Amino acid sequence: MATDPKYVPRSQALPFDKALEVIDALPGGGVILTKVEEVLNWGRAASVWPLTFGLACCAIEMMQAYATRFDMDRMGIIPRATPRQADCIIVAGRATLKIAPIVRRLWEQMPEPKYVISMGSCATCGGPFYYDNYSILKGIDQVIPVDVYVPGCPPRPEALIEGFLKLQDKIKKEPFLRRRIQRAAAAGVEES
Amino acid sequence: MALRTEELMLNMGPQHPSTHGVLRLVVTLDGENIVDVMPDIGYLHSSVEKMMEYRTYLQNIALVDRGMDYLTAMANEEVWVLAVERLGKVDVPERARYIRTLMLELQRLSSHLIWLGTFGIDLGAFTAFLWCMRERERIMDLFEAATGGRLHHVYFRIGGVFDDLPAEWTDRCETFCDDFESRLPEYDELLTGNPIFLARTQGVGVLPREKAIAMGASGPVARASGVAYDVRKAHPYEVYERIQFDIPVRTEGDCFARYLVRLEEMRQSVRIIRQCLEQLPAGEIRSKVAVTLRLPKGEVYARTESPRGDLGIYLVSEGTDKAYRVKIRAPAFTNLYALTEMMRGWKIADVIAILGSIDIVLSDVDR
Repeated sequence: MATDPKYVPRSQALPFDKALEVIDALPGGGVILTKVEEVLNWGRAASVWPLTFGLACCAIEMMQAYATRFDMDRMGIIPRATPRQADCIIVAGRATLKIAPIVRRLWEQMPEPKYVISMGSCATCGGPFYYDNYSILKGIDQVIPVDVYVPGCPPRPEALIEGFLKLQDKIKKEPFLRRRIQRAAAAGVEES
Repeated sequence: MALRTEELMLNMGPQHPSTHGVLRLVVTLDGENIVDVMPDIGYLHSSVEKMMEYRTYLQNIALVDRGMDYLTAMANEEVWVLAVERLGKVDVPERARYIRTLMLELQRLSSHLIWLGTFGIDLGAFTAFLWCMRERERIMDLFEAATGGRLHHVYFRIGGVFDDLPAEWTDRCETFCDDFESRLPEYDELLTGNPIFLARTQGVGVLPREKAIAMGASGPVARASGVAYDVRKAHPYEVYERIQFDIPVRTEGDCFARYLVRLEEMRQSVRIIRQCLEQLPAGEIRSKVAVTLRLPKGEVYARTESPRGDLGIYLVSEGTDKAYRVKIRAPAFTNLYALTEMMRGWKIADVIAILGSIDIVLSDVDR
């Protein structure tokens, strides 16, 4: 690629490393950035697409939360069957040592920005399978970073919905653009 | 010039929207035809049998709910308390036995509803899922009122049940039975007469009677292949011997037969629930049993008909307050191995339909 005459390195095409300095120096620049972020975050929070991935009992309550009476679709939460289209993974149920690398891999396959909800006691800390057990992972946060923990064994569908609302609050407060610019700048430095 | 072909190994799972949990199927394909299927299990192995050796007989009731088949928590509790009661020769009051039977059949309904819904999703009928979940949610309400839990109840106790039914529960249950029976014909209209559903299930994944017996299939899978065997009739437990019900049997052995058997089982379950409600006697709900129960030295095998088939527990006691060894005979495990027989020779598109029709729960397979 580097030998291609039309190729322009990312750092030269868009001076990302300077972008934040310019914006912050402008009068009201930070405010504009924050307002744009707010609009983007509002959109992102209203369309969290989780991966259809169930491990054990909690997956049944997760299914119930998608279905009649609870109907998470009305909050823009639509299950996707592939990690490439998902931006949230609900670890619903106990993870064994055999499935843990696969959960990690699914998480790695998801595009940024991505979120993790740990549903139920087993995913949070091993739950009732903590003691005298040789096969269960003691908490999914040993494998992937967790954003929201939903307690319960299993949590009711209402509890999962509450977890999603908490995740939406978190998404709404995120410095999404600022972080993205910083990341692009860091990538640009590596490139040049 | 002859075209050179070779067999293709296809991995299905462990993350797949329709493997009903974390099952990996290694499918060997010749073009579109399935040559061989190898299920790879153990992704949900929770070492329950080992854990049960470290817990008292009472504590294990909470463990079997979660560690065994999680769709049918009551059926697991039933087979566990049945084993302990048989070895310890514990009496169970009449009322408790009726309540248990009632709960077991409600649990069968809720389990079959989940199966019907997910089977519908697998075959592209999303409405079936929403309707089944609607009915199931009402069963969950009944469970919650009586036991306090939606999925894991910890309701059965050694020598009875935890608590009596709350006020007006029987009326609510009867109303539910009426509504449910009126809605069953809707499922018939939605799926049984649906040409797409018929094309994908009728004559697909045939399991012959001899093979079903040889591979140890049980429950609706065996009954759809013409094996008229039901533990509730063959080795009655609780009050099943006093209750009138039929065992639906089909001889075709295909996916559609398994569907019809389960649908008919739901009708029979409603019939059993109605009879239990009618005959429900008054009286005690639990006999006096020590919390730290010590069973005499010996061994026992208890078997029940869970919604998935012949569920058994083999319990060895050394005379202490904990079990020496527990072995669980899981129906989904044996049914899973009948799957290889069903799938050979069918097309790749039929894998989902056949897998959905045997109703596996990976927690029951791996334990």
